[in-house]
Amino acid sequence: MELAAKRFADTVALFPVGRIDHATADAFKAALAPHLAGVAAGGDRAVIDLAGVEYISSVGLRVLMLASKQVKAQGGALAVADLQPVVREIFEISRFNLVLEVFPTLREALGKLSPAALAAFESA
Amino acid sequence: MRVRFWGTRGSIPVAMTSAEVQHKLVAALVAAAGRGLDTAGKARAFVENELEFSVSHTFGGNSSCVQLETDGPDHVLCDLGSGVRAFGNALLATRGPSGHRFHVFMSHLHWDHIMGFPFFMPAYLPGNHVTIYGCHDTLEEAFRRQNRAPSFPVDFSRMEARIEFVRLEPERSYDIAGLRVRAKLQRHGGGSYGYRIEQRGRVVVYSTDSEHKQDDPEEVKAFVEFFRDADLVIFDAQYSLADAISVKEDWGHSSNVVGVEMCQLARARRLCLFHHEPIFDDERIARLLAETRRLEEITRTDHRVEVWAAYDGLEIAL
Repeated sequence: MELAAKRFADTVALFPVGRIDHATADAFKAALAPHLAGVAAGGDRAVIDLAGVEYISSVGLRVLMLASKQVKAQGGALAVADLQPVVREIFEISRFNLVLEVFPTLREALGKLSPAALAAFESA
Repeated sequence: MRVRFWGTRGSIPVAMTSAEVQHKLVAALVAAAGRGLDTAGKARAFVENELEFSVSHTFGGNSSCVQLETDGPDHVLCDLGSGVRAFGNALLATRGPSGHRFHVFMSHLHWDHIMGFPFFMPAYLPGNHVTIYGCHDTLEEAFRRQNRAPSFPVDFSRMEARIEFVRLEPERSYDIAGLRVRAKLQRHGGGSYGYRIEQRGRVVVYSTDSEHKQDDPEEVKAFVEFFRDADLVIFDAQYSLADAISVKEDWGHSSNVVGVEMCQLARARRLCLFHHEPIFDDERIARLLAETRRLEEITRTDHRVEVWAAYDGLEIAL
């Protein structure tokens, strides 16, 4: 799965693209893994920008849940942002909006996670 | 085949509180204001046709019991939760006390799935014959244990119907009461079993108390095949997906989201949300149904799955 990454100061933004379902969830998980290792207390923060994701199934949501659990265990911070309308509805129906930090835009997510990351985003 | 739901609540039976009844009455009276409902007929038509389901009805509070009305003379049930008490009483009132033949398929032996049997009046009456099928090796013990001191005042031996217990092997097809039946092991504390039941080209899958962790593609594939082309999948949707894979992981239940996905993959015709969370009131279950229908709609490709929410008294003709 295509997963571009972009750094804003101490925060890494990840940009998956396409459908995250039974066929692609494992690839999404594998692509995510190297970026999560450094998301820890005193280290990086991470935002997964879902603007390019048109659909996410329960298996894809499970990958996000595992990522969130891993990051929490490491003392780090993870948020998701910029959900397409269908994905936003799936988040609401599955109640994932209650267990993950969800922001309307990448900018708002960065602003919440790190002033330095927001400053880097604004000056980019 | 016709499917009739006698108990649809998960984990423990519940009853509406007086506050909930009052809440419905207030909502109904406000909705009826100025409508001139001055006869019982007008009021009934208004209640049946215009009020929202969660105001005019209740999803009910009995624990799991589902009847399959087949072409044959025998009575077929899935599970013996508290709903079987109402089934037994209705049967005695309409069809007489004896001469009945029952076949019951047990998902598992947790309390909420067996607790109705001590109150199943046909079991106490001579001339009736009950066969209880299941895959657990403690099948008979579980029923005998709950029907004796100190759990119950009337011993199992006082049941005068002929009662048999038959162990089934999962993944093997049986012909029982004119039905083709196959059980499948499901993920639940102590194990539970789903049943794929077929008659004359109609297929019902009874799959409750089943957690789908979806971490094993082969397991997902096996369940999709179990649900394949079913006319009705009765599916454990007790939790939200977020709860099912976080705080309630390994509690043995599933979600509406997974139910929709599995039925879409299996090209099942209908999904019926079942084993409702006991803390949910009628408005909450109605909202869950609306959300699930919306999810099916926005994720639909070339196959539509009709979504229902089970309630005590619901009948679905296949």
